[in-house]
Amino acid sequence: MPFSRQTIAGLLIAACLIAVPYAAPLMGGNYAITLATRVVIVAIAASSLDLLIGRGALVSFGHAAYFGLGAYVVAIASFHLANDIPILGWAGSNEALVVWPLAMLISGVAALIIGALSLRTSGVYFIMITLAFAQMIYFVFVALKYYGGDDGLALNSRNLFAGERITDARSFYWISLGALALCLFIQWRLVVSRFGMALRGAASNERRMAALGFSVYGYRLVAFVIAGMMAGLAGALSANLNRFVSPDMMGWVRSGGFMVMVIMGGVSSLLGPVIGAATYLLVETALAGWTEHWEVVFGPFVLLVALFAPRGIWGLLRGRACE
Amino acid sequence: MSAALILDGVTKSFGALRASDNVNIAIEANHCHAVIGPNGAGKSTLIGQITGEIRPDAGRIRFFDQDITDWTTPRRALAGLGRSFQITQLCADFSALDNVALAVQARQGHSYRFLRAAHSDERLRGPAMAALERVGLAERAGTRVDALSHGERRQLELAAALASEPRMLVLDEPMAGMGPQESERMIEILQSLRGKVTILLVEHDMDAVFALADRISVLVNGAVLTTADPAAVRADPAVRAAYLGAPAP
Ligand SMILES: Nc1ncnc2c1ncn2[C@@H]1O[C@H](COP(=O)(O)OP(=O)(O)OP(=O)(O)O)[C@@H](O)[C@H]1O
Ligand SMILES: [Mg+2]
Repeated sequence: MPFSRQTIAGLLIAACLIAVPYAAPLMGGNYAITLATRVVIVAIAASSLDLLIGRGALVSFGHAAYFGLGAYVVAIASFHLANDIPILGWAGSNEALVVWPLAMLISGVAALIIGALSLRTSGVYFIMITLAFAQMIYFVFVALKYYGGDDGLALNSRNLFAGERITDARSFYWISLGALALCLFIQWRLVVSRFGMALRGAASNERRMAALGFSVYGYRLVAFVIAGMMAGLAGALSANLNRFVSPDMMGWVRSGGFMVMVIMGGVSSLLGPVIGAATYLLVETALAGWTEHWEVVFGPFVLLVALFAPRGIWGLLRGRACE
Repeated sequence: MSAALILDGVTKSFGALRASDNVNIAIEANHCHAVIGPNGAGKSTLIGQITGEIRPDAGRIRFFDQDITDWTTPRRALAGLGRSFQITQLCADFSALDNVALAVQARQGHSYRFLRAAHSDERLRGPAMAALERVGLAERAGTRVDALSHGERRQLELAAALASEPRMLVLDEPMAGMGPQESERMIEILQSLRGKVTILLVEHDMDAVFALADRISVLVNGAVLTTADPAAVRADPAVRAAYLGAPAP
């Protein structure tokens, strides 16, 4: 069987991601690995958003809320442990295998509540209501002076992973890359399953789906929760990478950034958001080193991509091949 | 008689317009019941109320001894109410086969199944393929809907309705825009369903109506003018004046 362009592009991306720790010493060492880790983590959040935008036609403009919540769960658990102040009778924890699932759980519950309310609307109203909920959560954390408010909260150390300290940048990169691979694998299975057919069918023609007997609300809500949980995991990883969390992680600028990554990389494709995240962060980093007003250049860049690659960068890579 | 569907005083207004005016129709199980009437008579509005897309202002709808007036559209569909749309409603970016497979999937129970790939699931593809064959679309199974011709999409609508194995089929102008050969085929398929499935047929093609219907209701300005056997309807001077457009012989 000859390889399609799609397969080749996918393999190339996988090869690049795996090569990073080996190539990094040639390109600035830990700095390069840290940047690549950031790409991988943000790619988890962006791809989870694509499950909503690309597969479900659900343009959620508040996806950073779940990302930020996941990050805060890690930071707060570590804060209580470090300061020896129990929270709700719990001492807090610094164990990744405890706090990362907890971060996903909390983000998932938030997504369940917000999704249950937001999914009763559609179109522009859905965009606005998801944004409004995310901003509410943002302002709650700005007001929470106990956890640093506006200034954010620093972590004393990274989480332990199964009791082991994650000392070097490489190990943490591998863990993050593993999380991305797992999330993409789960999404791939979801998309081709019966559940995925129901979700995509509802995006394509809701009236038709209802007439066939699909109650689309439930499928959408489950997708919303899964996407929220994956964003929560990305947030937990991000808190570990930066050893710092702040309300900015859940603000609308961050949500918009995730959307740009998805659309720039290519919707409805597993790897598009990964490419989008990489392009976004690499271009941002390059421009920020060059000028303080990097947004002025970045804006037109995004516009150009949108104009010349309406199916995103992934659409360019894979060519005209139909699904 | 055992009724599959009973419309009991169904009334619906859009502002000052009475789209359904105290409609009373009983459709016997396994009969083909046609509803005819001029453009704007309220036929599609009636279908909308039967399938649950439109809420009646007054009146009740019973489906096989259950009052379904307050049921959602998906619930009615799962209870065995299949339909086709006057203006095609399909998943345009899906293949023909996938559109029908969705109907099969809906019939087989909830879709909170995350592990197995739907595309390689013979329990979905088998029945879906059979439905496509039945309407003569088998060679087009892999073609995306937006690449199908108008007539093919109409056939696909029927295939999806058939694949959900409904107890009752509600068809809103299934022949609209079809060529004569495609219409022939459609009539043949519906003929083969006679006596097995209850059918509510809204159609402007009178040849089709008189070939298929066991009973006919004539709808004018939202109200039922008459419900009778095809022969009686054909001869009724009031029907001719209102709809068939020809003076009584
Ligand atoms: N949602 C709506 N809002 C306002 N008026 C409506 C609405 N739907 C239908 N109507 C009006 O109700 C009347 C009945 O429409 P309906 O579509 O049921 O007619 P029909 O018998 O199906 O006609 P056709 O043969 O053209 O399909 C028409 O005058 C139409 O303009
Ligand atoms: Mg109509």
